[in-house]
Amino acid sequence: MARPETEPTIGELLDRNGVSRRSFLKYCTAMASLLALPPIAARAMAAQLRAARRPSVIYLSFQECTGCLESFTRSFAPTIENMIFNVISLDCDDTLMAAAGAQAEKARAQAMEANYGKYLLVVDGAVPTADGGVYHCAAGRTGIDLLTDCAKGAAAIVAVGTCASFGGLPHADPNPTGARAISALVPGKPVINVSGCPPIPEVITGTFLQYVTTGRVPDLDEHLRPTVFYGNSIHNRCYRRPFYDRGEFAKTFDDEGARNGWCLYELGCKGPTTYNACATVKWNNAVSFPIQSGHPCLGCAEPEFWDRGSFYSPIPTARWGKAGEVSTAEAGTLAAGAALTGVAIGAGSVVLARRRISRLQRTPQSESETHNEE
Amino acid sequence: MDLVDFARGTALKIAFVVFFVGVLWRLVNVMLLRHRQMLSEPRRSVGAAVLGGLKGMGSRSWPHPEFIKRTVTGEALGYSYHIGLFIVILFFAPHIVFFGSFAGVRWPALPSSIITIFAVITLTLFVAVLSRRLGHPVLRRLSNFDDYFSWFIVALVLVTGLMATAHVGGPYQRILGLHILSFDLLLIWYPFGKLMHSFYIFPTRAIDGYLMTRKGAPS
Repeated sequence: MARPETEPTIGELLDRNGVSRRSFLKYCTAMASLLALPPIAARAMAAQLRAARRPSVIYLSFQECTGCLESFTRSFAPTIENMIFNVISLDCDDTLMAAAGAQAEKARAQAMEANYGKYLLVVDGAVPTADGGVYHCAAGRTGIDLLTDCAKGAAAIVAVGTCASFGGLPHADPNPTGARAISALVPGKPVINVSGCPPIPEVITGTFLQYVTTGRVPDLDEHLRPTVFYGNSIHNRCYRRPFYDRGEFAKTFDDEGARNGWCLYELGCKGPTTYNACATVKWNNAVSFPIQSGHPCLGCAEPEFWDRGSFYSPIPTARWGKAGEVSTAEAGTLAAGAALTGVAIGAGSVVLARRRISRLQRTPQSESETHNEE
Repeated sequence: MDLVDFARGTALKIAFVVFFVGVLWRLVNVMLLRHRQMLSEPRRSVGAAVLGGLKGMGSRSWPHPEFIKRTVTGEALGYSYHIGLFIVILFFAPHIVFFGSFAGVRWPALPSSIITIFAVITLTLFVAVLSRRLGHPVLRRLSNFDDYFSWFIVALVLVTGLMATAHVGGPYQRILGLHILSFDLLLIWYPFGKLMHSFYIFPTRAIDGYLMTRKGAPS
């Protein structure tokens, strides 16, 4: 993972830039706190970071809206400039780098060659695989070809955003481009999913930092997400949880319950089924998060969240209707149809039973048996 | 499609259809079968017999004074867990949302902590009921697969519901999926097992009361 020996360590870079030891330790303490590590870990983190060389990072974008990169650039702790100047070496990013066209391709090729087997590959967006991958082409290459090529020499891959992690919007039904998640396309490579639409900026930078500090892929959940950020559901950490526990719910967006800040469960909040750090790390330097702003959680950090019906239909709602939800009329029609079928089967079975009884009654030796049946 | 989507989608739809077909099938079947002829002269009028039927629904739902010492444990356990089940099913907020999505109406919920207490008590009573069934020589001989499977399926819904509420046993989504799936299974089993007693119990008591009154016996 280390850069060539001629490259300065992160500590040397910080010294060169006049960053004091105190400031650096405060920074490490904040990072240790963000990663839910004990305070003593801050010192170990500081020592590790000072000695480490900035890993080369190659950032690729496929079927995406650039929202994830926008989110990344809004990280407050660490800031994006701190991150790319002091912690990582962002050697290639089509959107952020000054170079374009052939120059950008050359920069990527050089970074890959110089750091083969050691660089961190960061990907946002799903990769289209239908029709030979023609739905995403850059510099005459398909996305799948570019990803396969770049993944070969990567030490690890970070899939940033729900599109890269699970396919996201491009993967949503009917998925015309055959969009797929990164983890499905790079077998054998360690993949860290940083899901969210977009992910929380500090979760993106925190994941990078954790990787640089520990030099290994962090503990991941079943969806390959760092457990330090995705270990708890939004619901479990939500400040509105006490209202849920008391059975106090907002029924509409402008009723008394909504004004009182009651639980948004009945308005479709997906907090109970969504694992992310929104309720703790929050957004915009910990100012707020969607539920705090009065809107239900959409569940954007979970697989296939686009295909789970309306954002405003509650979690336990039945889903077999055309629009996802089951309307009362649909349920009634189905129940009536099933009930009529039941009546018909019941009546039919009675007719058969009566015929059998009549047949038995005509047989003298079966008289006693018939009597019992009646 | 994950487990929750399957459980509240395709599986629920199938369960819903099986439930309605099965319940109506069995109800119609029982209602239209030939009944024993009443050979004795009617002692009371039809009107009095109807009233007797209504009375029978109540009187036969209460322990008979003569046998109360012998039956009180079973009756108390039975009534207690039924009340617990009704409270948990009808007054837990997510259940209200679930039923409301079909019925189009919602009603006030009880606090989750109260529901959890009722669910734990109900589950404890369920275990007690099973222990009694297994420990009682007569009850054990009378019991068959239907009794145990009906017990198991209701207990499964209760246990998975408690697990989902307490966030134990895995990610919430998976446990919720198992909970809804176990409910789907309950709906499918409902018409064909002893759970069907919920549809039979009051009509049969009413008919008994009606016939007894018609024959001049107390209902």
